Amino acid sequence: MTRILRALLLALTLAWAGGALAIDTERAFDDPALQARYDSITRELRCLVCQNETIADSNATLAGDLRREVREMIAAGQTDDQIRDFMIARYGDFVLYRPRMTRMNFLLWAAPVLLLVLGAFAVVRVVRRRAAEAALEPEGPEGGQS
Amino acid sequence: MWKFIIPFGLFVVLAAFLYVGLQRDPSYIPSPLIGKAAPEFSLPSLQDAAYPVSSADLKGRVWVFNVWGTWCGGCRQEHAVLVEIAKQNVVPLIGLDWKDDNAAAQQWLRELGNPYAAVASDSEGRVAIDWGVYGAPETFLIGPDGTVLYTHIAPMTMEVWAKEFLPRIEAAKSGKGGQT
Repeated sequence: MTRILRALLLALTLAWAGGALAIDTERAFDDPALQARYDSITRELRCLVCQNETIADSNATLAGDLRREVREMIAAGQTDDQIRDFMIARYGDFVLYRPRMTRMNFLLWAAPVLLLVLGAFAVVRVVRRRAAEAALEPEGPEGGQS
Repeated sequence: MWKFIIPFGLFVVLAAFLYVGLQRDPSYIPSPLIGKAAPEFSLPSLQDAAYPVSSADLKGRVWVFNVWGTWCGGCRQEHAVLVEIAKQNVVPLIGLDWKDDNAAAQQWLRELGNPYAAVASDSEGRVAIDWGVYGAPETFLIGPDGTVLYTHIAPMTMEVWAKEFLPRIEAAKSGKGGQT
């Protein structure tokens, strides 16, 4: 019984600590739909000062300023794409946690497909050659062993 | 024969990519602003809030835009270099005091010398966002037509100034002379 209680207590403590870690705790909007947009955008923009955090997670001053910018742009009725374009124009594609396909990184996006095609090509070639060898074998001059 | 050449070739290509990757600074993010029109701004001057510092006044000139703040260690490091550069009197140096305390910034310029022709006070950080600033000190070179010619995202040094800035300043100035 105490074990269960202890486990429960631990779970509760951890859950509470998780909440305490959030940086951006103030709600930006009363409207839940706008707040959801705000949450999703700030969670996919990179904080450039602390490169492995989103602007929602970072307590850097710049992240705070960028959250303010996002909040104001949503309030002004701008679309998510307009907000993303605003950020890309200033900080480059690197601000996006979900990179777009551009001319620069096209090869990177295409690489899995290219490698798959190359691999398939290689497999077909090897299989065909082996099949041809197997077909030839009984008639070959060294096929006497089997 | 190909069985060896192909894997070896792939290895060489991969090794070359990794080798180049090792030399690069992962915290360096090339500014998407280079070659584009410099963002316009008009902000109160640090020294006298009644007097605005505006990018429109610099049209037709080659100028240098330096983003700093008293909270920024690298800015203290580069300040002597900026003072030295200002003495050369090649281009006007415009400062952007980024998210700073005005009194502290004025004190800083009195103590360390003022290399700037004018300093704009960006207490809300909005102009810095327009310029894509993410880590002071940052220094931009702007051409006479208002395009950003070069950015340096680190403390300024005399080497960088002589190697990256001066040749571009010369080119921009002579280009302007040739066109008109």
